[in-house]
Amino acid sequence: MHELAITQALIGLVNEHADRAGATKVGRINLVVGEMSGFVDQCVQFYFDQMSVGTVMEGAELTFKRVPTTGRCRDCGKEFEIEEMDWTCPACGGNSIQLIGGNELFVESIEVD
Amino acid sequence: MEIKVLKDILSANDQLAQGNRKLLDDKGVLALNLMSTPGAGKTSLILATIERLKDKVSIGVIEGDVSSSIDAERISREGIPVLQINTGGECHLDAVMIQRALGNMPLDDIDLLLIENVGNLVCTAEFDTGAHRNVVIASIPEGDDKPLKYPLMFTVADVILLNKTDLLPYLRFDIDAYRRSVRGLNDKVEVFEVSCETGQGLEQWLSWIDSQLKRL
Repeated sequence: MHELAITQALIGLVNEHADRAGATKVGRINLVVGEMSGFVDQCVQFYFDQMSVGTVMEGAELTFKRVPTTGRCRDCGKEFEIEEMDWTCPACGGNSIQLIGGNELFVESIEVD
Repeated sequence: MEIKVLKDILSANDQLAQGNRKLLDDKGVLALNLMSTPGAGKTSLILATIERLKDKVSIGVIEGDVSSSIDAERISREGIPVLQINTGGECHLDAVMIQRALGNMPLDDIDLLLIENVGNLVCTAEFDTGAHRNVVIASIPEGDDKPLKYPLMFTVADVILLNKTDLLPYLRFDIDAYRRSVRGLNDKVEVFEVSCETGQGLEQWLSWIDSQLKRL
């Protein structure tokens, strides 16, 4: 729902790192996105295509590595993927689950010339 | 050539948020970020809090809305410094908006800053504003399944106010199940059952604010 703000922040971050590397062209940006961050890939790509015009990353391809929502049972320590909003430990049936994955939103790497 | 970046996209926001928090600390202002769905009672809670605390604590309010200044007008009638942020479509407040707003608030004259975020249980949880504590206002009509549907919001909450308890006789809402879900996600959060309509339970909220003010 906030892809515009995310895309602005993304472009700022990539610019900084491309600049530091003295890159003249960014061909690809590899992102890691948790399932829980309300984030629509096509929507980010759409904003990106518009907003990157005239920058070193114009025309770059965005790749999205999705990370599933993952929890750790506080009772037995089991780590498992949370599907269909079922926050019950599959091992012991416990309901006290610490969120350990699924909220990621970072740039893993950029591919530059 | 591939360059490792491994940096959070929102790191620039997080840095600004730290700056906001530092400024608030220096000025001795406790800032609370109030988040909820639209209509859960954020403005009612702010008004109820002002009514009960304004003789003891100097309060300021930042109102975040997609558009309009209806809420800010309601609050300024109470004689409280209030600043309206219209996000112009953005679904959340972020650290830049708060930084700008802080520059226009009389921080030397206030002890408690209530930040009313945009009504939204998704995006608001992801953007640190620089407030000291996250307060989630939930309400009985929303249903008891919201913690499991919006887990991030309930994970970042420091305190949850379950509002509109005066409607419990009319709606199906399992408070025990609700508390279990919340506790499962966040074993540190405090949950207060309140009604801004009747005032029931608000004393717990006020004493929580008091404890946080003392900690600052």
